[in-house]
Amino acid sequence: MTIILTSLIFAALLGAILALIIGVAAKAFAVESDPRIETVTDMLPGANCGGCGYAGCADFAKAIVEGAASPSDCPVAPAGDSARIAEYLGITSEQKEKMVAVVRCSGSISVTVRSPYNGINDCRSAVLVAGGAKGCDYGCLGLASCARACPFDAIEIRDGLAVVHPELCVGCGKCVDICPKNLIVLVPASVDVHVYCNSPEKGSVKRKVCKTACIACRKCIKAADNAEQMTVKGFLIETNYDNPPLSDLVEKTGCPTTALRLASKHAAGEYDGVSK
Amino acid sequence: MSNKPRKFKGGVHPNDSKALSASSPVQDAPLLEKYTVILHQNIGAPPELLVKKGDAVKKGALLAKASGFVSVPLHAPTSGTVTAIDKCPGPTGISVPSVEITADGEDEWGSPFEPMADWQNAEPADLKQRVWDAGVVGMGGAGFPSHVKLSPPPEKPIDTLILNGAECEPYLTADHRLMLEQAEEVVLGAAILARILGLKTAVIGVENNKLDAIEALKKVAANHNVTVQGLSVNYPQGAEKQLIYALTGREVPIGGLPMAVGCVVQNVASAVAVADAVVMGRPSIERITTVTGEPLVNPGNWRFRIGTPISKALELAGGVKVQPAKLLLGGPMMGFAQSSLDVTVMKNTSGILLIPAEQVSQYTSEPCIRCGKCVTCCPMDILPATISQAVENERFDLAAQLNVLACIECGSCSYVCPSHRPLNQHFKRAKAEIMAARRKQQNK
Repeated sequence: MTIILTSLIFAALLGAILALIIGVAAKAFAVESDPRIETVTDMLPGANCGGCGYAGCADFAKAIVEGAASPSDCPVAPAGDSARIAEYLGITSEQKEKMVAVVRCSGSISVTVRSPYNGINDCRSAVLVAGGAKGCDYGCLGLASCARACPFDAIEIRDGLAVVHPELCVGCGKCVDICPKNLIVLVPASVDVHVYCNSPEKGSVKRKVCKTACIACRKCIKAADNAEQMTVKGFLIETNYDNPPLSDLVEKTGCPTTALRLASKHAAGEYDGVSK
Repeated sequence: MSNKPRKFKGGVHPNDSKALSASSPVQDAPLLEKYTVILHQNIGAPPELLVKKGDAVKKGALLAKASGFVSVPLHAPTSGTVTAIDKCPGPTGISVPSVEITADGEDEWGSPFEPMADWQNAEPADLKQRVWDAGVVGMGGAGFPSHVKLSPPPEKPIDTLILNGAECEPYLTADHRLMLEQAEEVVLGAAILARILGLKTAVIGVENNKLDAIEALKKVAANHNVTVQGLSVNYPQGAEKQLIYALTGREVPIGGLPMAVGCVVQNVASAVAVADAVVMGRPSIERITTVTGEPLVNPGNWRFRIGTPISKALELAGGVKVQPAKLLLGGPMMGFAQSSLDVTVMKNTSGILLIPAEQVSQYTSEPCIRCGKCVTCCPMDILPATISQAVENERFDLAAQLNVLACIECGSCSYVCPSHRPLNQHFKRAKAEIMAARRKQQNK
């Protein structure tokens, strides 16, 4: 009986003393934190993708509350969400244009020359072996380094080619740094017409290794509403994203190699193997 | 030095297959109509192009001049006209700038410098300048400019000059034939290099599977106070650090150069190029290359001008009797797989090797079973198994701590791994990532 009593009293005393210490410590060493940070964190998508440039959603929320970042810096949150955050904090947030990633290559296995490759299944390792097992020095290796890096599963490897699904892509830019061939760029989501080729080589050189390379024939420039809409860089044509062409340009041009494509149709796989 | 063969720690014993071409004497490749000379043939900065399309050039004339200290000039392989300055497939699989020369058939010399007949009394600095002017690089495979190795800083005195005649790569016999047929020139080159470094002696290390070459060298070595040392037959005996350890017992520190332990290592073919440059007044425009492999009808050794397409080399070897599965430049352990027959012979192309399908590994990589074979064979004493796991998890910081940068990429670990893990490729990746991160840090 005494043993039980002693231990009960001892435990109660110990509990009381420790509670007192914790209570005092909580008051004395209290960290002032802004309760709004937690609320804003809850309003963010919670993907922790790092697309905003901060370490995660909580870090970004802190930056918003402190005024260092704008809610619209989050590439993932829909416009409504960032507007709601701005409203909650009583700040104004100008809307940024939504960006999506484009892999500037259309060289799937069926249209390109490739060597057998039996090494590590990673683009950044493969590129160390003879620049990757592809006839074209500039093309997509299709070993899915970008797809693995994508937190939103927006990149699909189809027939040895990385294809971005624009409706899933939020433009966080994680894939951009991963690609050893620097093929991926972020472009305004409103533009649908892209040149799916990144090789600055001469047309004849490109055609030897890839059926869908841009050969700079300038058909698209002639078909465009004004010549400014497409820009020529050496032997490669690019969409001018500051003055983009309309989606009907692809149909009007009838690109002989199908390098000029609509991102939406490219993602749906409507161009596979086409070459005139 | 004793006659006991010297060796290093670790290493592997691949089947050397040298018998295919070891007994075939070096033949001069016939003059071609066209040479496509790759501009950047050395480690370091690419040279600066001096010619333009339409220029007439003599054999040996300057095509490009050195663009810095770690850079070497490039010379025309024959007389003729520059017909194109374009890109051609390079040995690493990426297209590289090149100069196309259409031969006029005269093959007339127009060397930019005179022979130095009295080299024994020439200033070491002049001799070194000549080595640089002649565009001599490490012809064993790396292509490191020779004059840079001959310029140690004053705080690092050199006491040993080593000539590398190990030729430990299987299949290759170019250096073997060179030492056998041009022993006098090898030793002469050694003597010139020794003079540049202010040394009295030099040592030539040769693996003991080339006894005839050792004998040939020994006959002439004494004339120039050069010794010849047999080495145990063990891959990678010809790696610079392993060779130094086998011959002197000194260990080059991680990240250090041979000069840190008072050594300079030059390939035997580079020594011959040096002798040619000094005594004959000829720039480095040709080299002996082994064209070999089981699929070839007539494997052998040829003296090619730089810029000779691989396709022509294979024609000389009689073409193929069975369809090869792989074409390598260099040996089977460290050579580069090629995707084009238009790649041309460079100053560091020691071999052109065809491999039949049954010898090409098509295994899939399996998990590490921790057998420790790679650890035992690693000549650099690092832990390939542990590092490869760090790399698989993209922990490049951990790989750096485990000294992945010491890896010499000899491929011994990949060779012995029973799980067929691509260890060497992992280390290449880790080294590339670590160096990129360091450059980024520096630029900040």
